[in-house]
Amino acid sequence: MGRPLLHRSPMPGFGLSMGITMAMLSLVVLLPIGALLLKGAAYGPANIWDTVNRERVWAALFLSFRLSLFAALFNLVFGVLLAWVLVRYRFPGRRILDAAVDLPFALPTAVAGIALTALYAPKGVLGSLAQGLGWKIAYSQWGIFIALVFVGLPFVTRTVQPVVEEIDREVEEASATLGASRLHTLRHVVLPMLTPAALTGFALSLARAVGEYGSVIFIAGNIPLKTEIAPLLIVIQLEEFNYDAAAAIGIAMLLISFAMLLVINLIQIWSRRRIGHV
Amino acid sequence: MSDATHSAAFRSPTTEAPLARWIAIGVAVAGVSLLVFAPLAAVFAEALAKGWGAAVASLGNRDALSAIKLTLLIAAIAVPLNATFGIAAAWAITKFDFRGKAFLITLIDLPFSVSPVVAGLCIVLMFGTNSLLGGWLVAQGYPIVFALPGIALATMFVTFPFVARELIPVMIEQCRAEEEAALTLGASGWRVFRTVTLPNIRWALLYGVLLCNARAMGEFGAVAVVSGKIRGQTATMPITIEMMYNEYLSVAAFSLAAVLTLLALLTLLLKTGLELRHADQLSASHRH
Repeated sequence: MGRPLLHRSPMPGFGLSMGITMAMLSLVVLLPIGALLLKGAAYGPANIWDTVNRERVWAALFLSFRLSLFAALFNLVFGVLLAWVLVRYRFPGRRILDAAVDLPFALPTAVAGIALTALYAPKGVLGSLAQGLGWKIAYSQWGIFIALVFVGLPFVTRTVQPVVEEIDREVEEASATLGASRLHTLRHVVLPMLTPAALTGFALSLARAVGEYGSVIFIAGNIPLKTEIAPLLIVIQLEEFNYDAAAAIGIAMLLISFAMLLVINLIQIWSRRRIGHV
Repeated sequence: MSDATHSAAFRSPTTEAPLARWIAIGVAVAGVSLLVFAPLAAVFAEALAKGWGAAVASLGNRDALSAIKLTLLIAAIAVPLNATFGIAAAWAITKFDFRGKAFLITLIDLPFSVSPVVAGLCIVLMFGTNSLLGGWLVAQGYPIVFALPGIALATMFVTFPFVARELIPVMIEQCRAEEEAALTLGASGWRVFRTVTLPNIRWALLYGVLLCNARAMGEFGAVAVVSGKIRGQTATMPITIEMMYNEYLSVAAFSLAAVLTLLALLTLLLKTGLELRHADQLSASHRH
């Protein structure tokens, strides 16, 4: 630990810039999160466990996590395909398709929520088609799945796209010259190169989906034990001014977020070791 | 297109068979159409379900107008503050070497991995009337939760990393040589920042501000928790959309939603323009 805390630098403004950074980070992010943890500490681990360990809370946490996992898996496959199509193929409307992938980042979640509901509700354009096939989308777990796919759509595509752009085509040529079929080359040469970025995008999409609220509550139907997501439980507890219970569920969700953040970082460390960059 | 004409005779070994290619393009277009284009069309179709007149009239409604005003006000508070933070954080992180830098970057990114509802909950627990600080502030006549400051804080929480995250990679790439040269020539710190750094990072800054603004105006989960949803006072545009939708005021809800959708489309347009024109001055992941 012989390293100095701060290396000497000819640059001015360390005090000012670091002061602003720490002051705002503390006020906006760290102190409020600290307030949640403090509330949890005052409530006590046993009480937190009693609050979380109820059928309705478990059902909501399990539902949020399970559907987020399915949505992220869908986005993993579809996102890799989309990234490949956008980089490698030329077709009319490619630029519009490329720009459209970012819409879930720019569109407010409440707008996405009511738009998807209007579309996939039994009276909606696509919902009525699905109902003809006996398939209920909105107000069922399918609706939640679609909303979560929507919010997670850009993550995998945007992490994989730059990697596809950087693939050296000579590697693919070498594989073809050595007699590999195109499918073999894609599976054994290209796919391994995309895996680290795809997994990072998958984890980001999963983390986003678990905490998602705005786009889901309109389409979910919000029936306890069936289509009630974990963030909604916090809102319900707060509306009843039940701050202790809200904090308990909030801490459970915060722990899940931290665990996923850790997994994302581990994936990035692993991928950097494997290919030298992300 | 020339690929297609040659493909009968010769196919490059580094591309897929035409049939596979068109199936992949078809799946991609169909997927994005069902997930993105269809909802987009639905917003405008529902807003105009009873004609232009009804849609425009619903925007002139008192609740809608006060929601638009509040949302603009919140963005005008949160975005400049977060931009200031982003510049300060990027300067501290890229111009100096200190211990714990990686940890600081993780802390700055933290809001992206916290659920917006949990973010709102944190603000309520810190500043709500049942907390020590919140109770004292209310007694002094400065309520935070269920009032404007709480909404601004919740919005800042969820949009906190946008500008910093955009600037840090760009400023790492640009090194410190130009600034150091200016300092050697006797320029003051502020002058170096204004005349050397700022011109170098202006497009990346604009990019970050655009994304930050889009999210700030559209934030729902965190604001829903702290706002109290008082009509005409603490109901932002997304909150008002929810209230109108739940009251079966479909045209009004979707008209307000259409305004936010147009804002999102404008954001995408400007963002794509920046990516095409100033790609070399944005962080590497946005270059196409």
